[in-house]
Amino acid sequence: MSSPSEENPVRTTLEVADLQVSVAGGLVAVQDVSFEIRRGESVGLVGESGSGKTLTCRAILGLLPATGRIDGGRIVLGDGADAVELTGARRSTWDQVRAVRIGAVFQDPASYLNPSLTVGHQLAEQLRVKGSLSRRAAHDRAVELFDEVGLHDPAGVFHQYPHQLSGGMLQRVLIAIAVSCEPELLIADEATTALDVVIQAEILALLRRLRDTHGLSLLLVTHDLAVVAESCDRILVMYGGQVVESGPTDQVLRDPRHPYTQALMGVATIGSWHRRRLDVIPGQPPAAGEEMPGCRFAPRCAHATAACESGPVPVADLGGDRTSRCVLAGHLSLSPRVTTGQEVPA
Amino acid sequence: MTTTQERPLTTATTPDPPPLLSVRGLSVSYAPPRKGTHLGTGAALVEADLDIRPGEIVGIVGETGSGKTTLARATVGLVAPAAGTIEFAGEDIGGLRGRARRAFRRSGQVQLVFQDPLRSLDPDLTVADIVREPLDIAGTLSRTERHERVRESLRLVGLEPDEVLQRRPRQLSGGQRQRVSLARAISTRPRLLYCDEPVSALDVSNRNLVLNLLEQLRTELDLAVVIIAHDLSSLAGIADRVAVFYRGRIVEQGPIRAVLEHPAHPYTALLTASAPSIGDEDRLRPDQLKPAPDARVWPADGVCVFAQRCPFAHDACADQPAPAPLPDTPARLAACHDAVTWRDRLSARPHEDRKATP
Repeated sequence: MSSPSEENPVRTTLEVADLQVSVAGGLVAVQDVSFEIRRGESVGLVGESGSGKTLTCRAILGLLPATGRIDGGRIVLGDGADAVELTGARRSTWDQVRAVRIGAVFQDPASYLNPSLTVGHQLAEQLRVKGSLSRRAAHDRAVELFDEVGLHDPAGVFHQYPHQLSGGMLQRVLIAIAVSCEPELLIADEATTALDVVIQAEILALLRRLRDTHGLSLLLVTHDLAVVAESCDRILVMYGGQVVESGPTDQVLRDPRHPYTQALMGVATIGSWHRRRLDVIPGQPPAAGEEMPGCRFAPRCAHATAACESGPVPVADLGGDRTSRCVLAGHLSLSPRVTTGQEVPA
Repeated sequence: MTTTQERPLTTATTPDPPPLLSVRGLSVSYAPPRKGTHLGTGAALVEADLDIRPGEIVGIVGETGSGKTTLARATVGLVAPAAGTIEFAGEDIGGLRGRARRAFRRSGQVQLVFQDPLRSLDPDLTVADIVREPLDIAGTLSRTERHERVRESLRLVGLEPDEVLQRRPRQLSGGQRQRVSLARAISTRPRLLYCDEPVSALDVSNRNLVLNLLEQLRTELDLAVVIIAHDLSSLAGIADRVAVFYRGRIVEQGPIRAVLEHPAHPYTALLTASAPSIGDEDRLRPDQLKPAPDARVWPADGVCVFAQRCPFAHDACADQPAPAPLPDTPARLAACHDAVTWRDRLSARPHEDRKATP
């Protein structure tokens, strides 16, 4: 994994500070989320469904659902002269940001393409509208991009319709569209979840390669810790709308400092094939908007004490780029592979 | 009851009980030509051999379109085989027609569970209706018995009947919905359960909950379970044996741990090497198992199905090999000419840095 190069100072691609998002008329779904992504860095955002990870990246893209609203905080893209504040940005600002400075790919590639236009047409359209290329230049660039994302016979693929391509090929097409205008940030929201393992590994390798060749920053949103482990420099673990732990991937996975991260490791794909256990995290995550005075994980936590539930738990800075939202973060070494199996809730 | 299970390392199957399901030479084609025995372009399953013993959990893996679901459809009688036999409890069900086939289907001895419970459960029906429906169709129990069976099935999957009976699928969480699908499937007390991607729509923690439930149901109901999945890691925790499908053929099968740790077919090796994993020990990398860019182009017909993507293919691979037992472990079958030897050529292969110049 490449460190963000020797050029000083370290450039920031995205800064999110104290982000608050509510849905359906005031239910708080994302609270106090703060993180930054540096130039050329890939960051993994991990959590179960309902943890707020998708809403966070929708807020960054300005694509919240109709009932969603940003209630506070800042989202700043770029730094120095290029910096743009995205919370409350106007349509004209978004037109210069979306697809140009931020690209995105999602889980189901087929539903993001127009079935009645060739995939080449759809990529060339993007290049002509956002990149202001001529018809011919857009065609040539599109073929180049298809080649770059690893599609065989790129000139032939240009003239094919989405239904003629497999899921893995469609995802490559969408990645080509997402990186066509040389964005600074690429957001991949569960982009490999629906693909089989061989294709998933290829797409992840492609994203890593694009990061290296284009200096892209990556935000990889997934529920699978194993995907993050292989592809990300840093990891953010979300639970109940908050970031509960963050830090360099290898350190977090070697020595998790939040009980939720540890529990998540218990249920993820870990290690070699013979050490298998099907652990379950007991209980259910809190619903959006659920009021909890203390730690949101406390009701499911094996280490919870009365102090955890009484008042808000601040984010503890553990040094070395690591944080944890746990009262025990500093004291307790939460060794991984502690049994978390409990009763099945009725 | 605990949800954490350490699986025994060997599943000691006592002196081979007769298989519950025995599939021999099964071929299925969705567009067979009018004449001749050729399968045509719609071949979805070619000469598949597979045994499922009572109380066994068998995993099926393979990419999209490799014939996994077709095998399930053929077993419940939704498609007719083009060749081969399907024996269930000693009876050839592939040859059943008309009334006999309908009676077999309605008896509920084989049940299916689908991937996305939101789409496979009728949104207008209550949980009580959904779970009772197969019993109404089987028509063997009285009204009170059916009512009691519904409650019992819900309890077996860990749901409290009084809480959920009157709810509709929309009013349940994802994990609960999949448990309702399971309750529906086991209400007729089937002997074989086919689960088609039962956990891929679920979160990691709900995923293990449902898998543990399957494990528990197989002991409590003496159920044979076939789990179709594309996620090797969920299978590794639960299945006894695994069958690997590629382009309509079963290329490898055997005890799950042996197959995943020491794959005998290069495709299985590619699968295990590609699976993302946290503890990244000394395993093979996917690019060691891919052919060089200038590899020879194989004709479409007759050759080994994997030849085009196999880095070890040579002249003998122009003939599709039949699945054969491995020399020292007869419980394992692999359809590869070089099942024993390809690994030796692995270390000698020099193209490790191929990806560096894209």
